[in-house]
Parts: sequence; C-alpha cells; structure tokens
Amino acid sequence: MLIKHKPALSEAQVTPKSIYVDRRSFIRQTLAGTLALSGLGLSVSPALAAQAENPSRSAWRQKLASPLATMQKSPYSTTETPAPLKDIQRYNNFYEFGTGKGDPGEHAGGLTIDPWRVVVEGEVEKPGSYMLEDLIKSHLLEERIYRLRCVEAWSMVIPWVGIPLSALIARFKPTSRARYVLFESLVRPEEMPGQRSLFSGIDWPYQEGLRIDEAMHPLTLMAVGLYGDILPNQNGAPFRLVVPWKYGFKSIKSIVKIGFVETMPPTTWNQLQPGEYGFYANVNPAVDHPRWSQKTERRLPGGLFGANRIETMPFNGYAEEVTSLYAGMDLSANY
Amino acid sequence: MRVNWRSRSVWWGVFGGSLIPLSERLYQMFWGDLGTDPGKTLTESLGTIALCFLGMTLAITPLKRWFSLSLVHLRRMQGLFTFFYASLHVGAYLLFLADWSAFMDDVIKRPYIFVGLAAFLILLALAATSFKTMMRRLGRHWKTLHRLVYPAGVLVVVHYAWQSRGDYTTLFIYSLSLLLLLSARLPQRVFHSARSPEPE
Ligand code: HEM
Repeated sequence: MLIKHKPALSEAQVTPKSIYVDRRSFIRQTLAGTLALSGLGLSVSPALAAQAENPSRSAWRQKLASPLATMQKSPYSTTETPAPLKDIQRYNNFYEFGTGKGDPGEHAGGLTIDPWRVVVEGEVEKPGSYMLEDLIKSHLLEERIYRLRCVEAWSMVIPWVGIPLSALIARFKPTSRARYVLFESLVRPEEMPGQRSLFSGIDWPYQEGLRIDEAMHPLTLMAVGLYGDILPNQNGAPFRLVVPWKYGFKSIKSIVKIGFVETMPPTTWNQLQPGEYGFYANVNPAVDHPRWSQKTERRLPGGLFGANRIETMPFNGYAEEVTSLYAGMDLSANY
Repeated sequence: MRVNWRSRSVWWGVFGGSLIPLSERLYQMFWGDLGTDPGKTLTESLGTIALCFLGMTLAITPLKRWFSLSLVHLRRMQGLFTFFYASLHVGAYLLFLADWSAFMDDVIKRPYIFVGLAAFLILLALAATSFKTMMRRLGRHWKTLHRLVYPAGVLVVVHYAWQSRGDYTTLFIYSLSLLLLLSARLPQRVFHSARSPEPE
C-alpha cells in the first residue's frame, strides 16, 4: 500500500492527514466488501470529511489574491441562479480521486496545488514550462456563470472565475500547423487515490483536446476560481478548462500540459468507450448516449419530491454563439 | 431448549439489524440530507443494500459448509429482506429518478435496466412462493424454482457491471464475492444433488 511508497514530495508537503484519511477509506472499502460477504453488510455511507486546508492552498490563494480582487463580471454569464458552493463541492466526477460523486470532496483536500507548472509544447513559437501564476497575472480575471451539463444527464450552474483560453493561446504564438490543442491532467498517485486503483480502466494521465477554433472561441475559459475564490481541489484546482457547450468530461481538470498539434489528439473517454463518448461531445438532446437519453437533465441540487428535470438544449443553450463552428458537419456522426 | 432460545434471539437480532438500513434511509429522506442529487443517491444506496442482502442470503450455505455455522433458519428472512430492499430500490427509481417523458426510450436503451428487471422478477417469484402453503403446493418444483436465486445473483452483478465505467474495483469485489458464494454449491451439486432438502 501507500506507506512504503516514498512520495516524490517533501514530508511537509504531503499532509499526514491525507494519508490517514486515505487509509481509512481503504479499510472502509475492504470492510464493506468483507461485510457484504460475511453477512452483516449494511451500507457504509462515507461522510464528507471536514478537512483542514492544506498549506499549498493558502499559498496559492495568496498568489491569486490581487487578480481575484480585480475580477470583472462577464456579459457571457447566464442569469440563472448558481448552485450553492456546498453542492458544487460535494458532487463531482474526478476519477483521479475515486468514482463516487463524493470521493473527490473527500480525498482531494490533500492535493498540493502550489507550486504549479504548466508545460506548453508543440507547434508554438513560445513553448516552455511556465509557473501558473505567471500565466495568469497579466490577464484580467472574469467571473463567468455558466451552465455545466454532464454526459450523465445532470447539470449545474457554476460561477467560474478565469481567463479566456484564446488570450493564453495568443501569447504562446501557435504556428499554422497547430490545428488542435491537447490538455493533460496531473499524474500524482501518492495524492490521487483513483490513480492507485488496481482496477482502473483509465490510462493516466487524463487527456482532452479541442479543435483550435473551439479553443479560440470566446466562451472557452481557463478557470482558476469559483465563487470569487481559488478553485476547490475537487473542482480541478488550480487550473482547469471550461467548455460550456460540451459535456462536462471535456472540461479537463488540474491541467499540467497544453500541447499544440496537427492531428486530432487522443482523449480519455473516447479511447475508453469510443461508441459512447466522441471527440466533439457537444451537448445535443437529439443524439442519445447509447445507454441513456440525453433529451432532459436533472438540474442540481434537486429535491427528492419534484426533481428539477428540464429539457436539454442544443449546445447546452450556447447554440447562438457556437453553431457556426460546426457548419456543414453531421453532428450525429460527430457526437 | 437453550439452543432454541438462542437461535430465536439471533433471529430477532438479525431481523432488527436488517431494518437499520431502512430507518437510515427514512431518516435521511425526512429529516436529514440526501445530498445534491437525492433521487440518485437514494436509488443507488437501496440497490447496494439489496445486493448486500442477496449476498447474505447466499452466504448461509458457505457458512454452514466451510465454518459449520448454521444460520439456515435466517435464510428465508434474508431472502425476503432482499426482495424488500430491491422493491424499494425499484420504487425509488420509478418515483424519484426515472424520466417519465423519455421513459420507454430509456428502458429500451439501457440493457442494465432490463437485466435488473429480470433479477427483480425472479426475486418477486421467490418471495411470492416463500411461504409454507406455496412450498407444499409446489412440492419438488419448489426447489427447482428457488435455484433461480443463483441466476438472480449473476443478473444483479451484470446489472452493476453494465453501469461501471472508468474503474472496476467495486465490480471486482462483487464478482469475486459472487464467485465464492456460488462455488460453495458446486461440489455438492455434483455429488449429492438429490439429497439436499432445499436450494442452498
Ligand atoms: C426493475 C428492476 C430494476 C430497475 C429498474 C433498476 C434500476 C436501477 C438504476 C436506474 C440504477 C442506477 C441508478 C443511477 O445511478 O442512476 C440501478 C443501480 C443499481 N441497482 Fe438496480 N434496478 C433494478 C433491480 C435491481 C435489483 C433486483 C438489484 C439487487 C438485488 C439491484 C441492485 C442495484 C445496484 C447494486 C445498483 C448500483 C448502485 C450503485 O451505483 O452503487 N437493482 N438500478
């Protein structure tokens, strides 16, 4: 297990608490399995463990304090009411921390998010390994309240804070051969229990990609914050993509690499189940997932009686802005 | 007499314990917090509970065979609790999660729902014939019928497998448990099948 493993980080950076919480959950899992077997299996419901904030978060918050203080409101925001922070923090798909919706909230607290480097490579004039704060500080942060539609047929309204990806891309000066942008998430098994799983189907790192025109679209955001603060770890801290007209899995979290390439890059879910998850993954009520309908969605948080079921909109309601990107394309073939 | 008293208190103890998951769910529904996506949380947790009870029902034979622990008098109760929680699971799905506007669409598209339905129908048939009068009326067919609990176990794990993606740890645990539980039947099936008094 974990203990014998010497983490690549200094002792002080890996909080003992994260190891402790992790080990407990391993024991809980094993126990649940054994109990189910032996005849006493009651449901073991994991409570959201309250975690003391790790020092790397405070350090990162300090670095982001002045950009956050000058944050602007964006005209791209929806007027819908954002989900409460509590719900945004406890209902996540972030398989690096486990497959349950509550797992990231429970296990991501110990992730070291500062210092954070982002490698920029490929068809650009200014490749390099950048400190995240250097990428952010010369841009004005914007608050963008976007709808997020998960491929699993639920959705939330989220007040992101970030900068348009187009502004970042411009400073790297892509060459004419840069037709796609690829992204990679952090691989750090010692802090990411999902990456230690023996039965993971995902070949880490998590990878995503966009066509260059999608990446340059003004709606495409690189988020560093939420509700005016830095991103919670379980939401992809410190730096993530947000593409509001695509299913949530496109919006890759905790990014450490941005590459510019000539051909369509491989993407995680598409590789895992090509028949179910396409490269484009545009929100489309007319094209069902092979295992469920995409016509409607549960807007979360919902109540037990009277779940907020609403119609799903083409391009998640951003059709006016993005339809032209796909002119002439067969959207049911390119799902 | 003492043994009888002990096994009765065990029966009642297990009966009471089997109601704990129900009371937990009721508490969460009416006074507590079912989280951000209550319908899904409730449906999933009831499904997991039903699966655990099915596992416990199937564990009684291996416990007797491998550990000489006889809990045979608990089998019918555990079987009925399996059906009870499976019904609540299906009820929660229909009431709190299913999308009625695209219902048939959804059901047809999702083989895992079909598989769950098949498992549920088996459990229904077993529950409906679990009483003394039905036992008597069905005679030796009763045993054959109740062997359907094994395919039900397989169907439930398939029901789960078809929903799994990305990580297969839980699926591995469920499959391994099922294999273990079913393997306890194999040698006996081969050597003394005719003598076993009821499905085990
Ligand atoms: C008509 C029959 C059934 C229907 C319609 C049904 C429906 C469902 C649905 C919709 C889910 C997924 C909920 C979600 O996450 O969105 C589910 C999960 C599940 N069901 Fe069923 N089910 C049926 C029968 C059963 C039976 C008989 C059992 C066990 C005895 C069972 C055990 C489970 C388990 C273990 C899960 C997974 C829970 C998890 O994600 O952790 N189901 N079922």
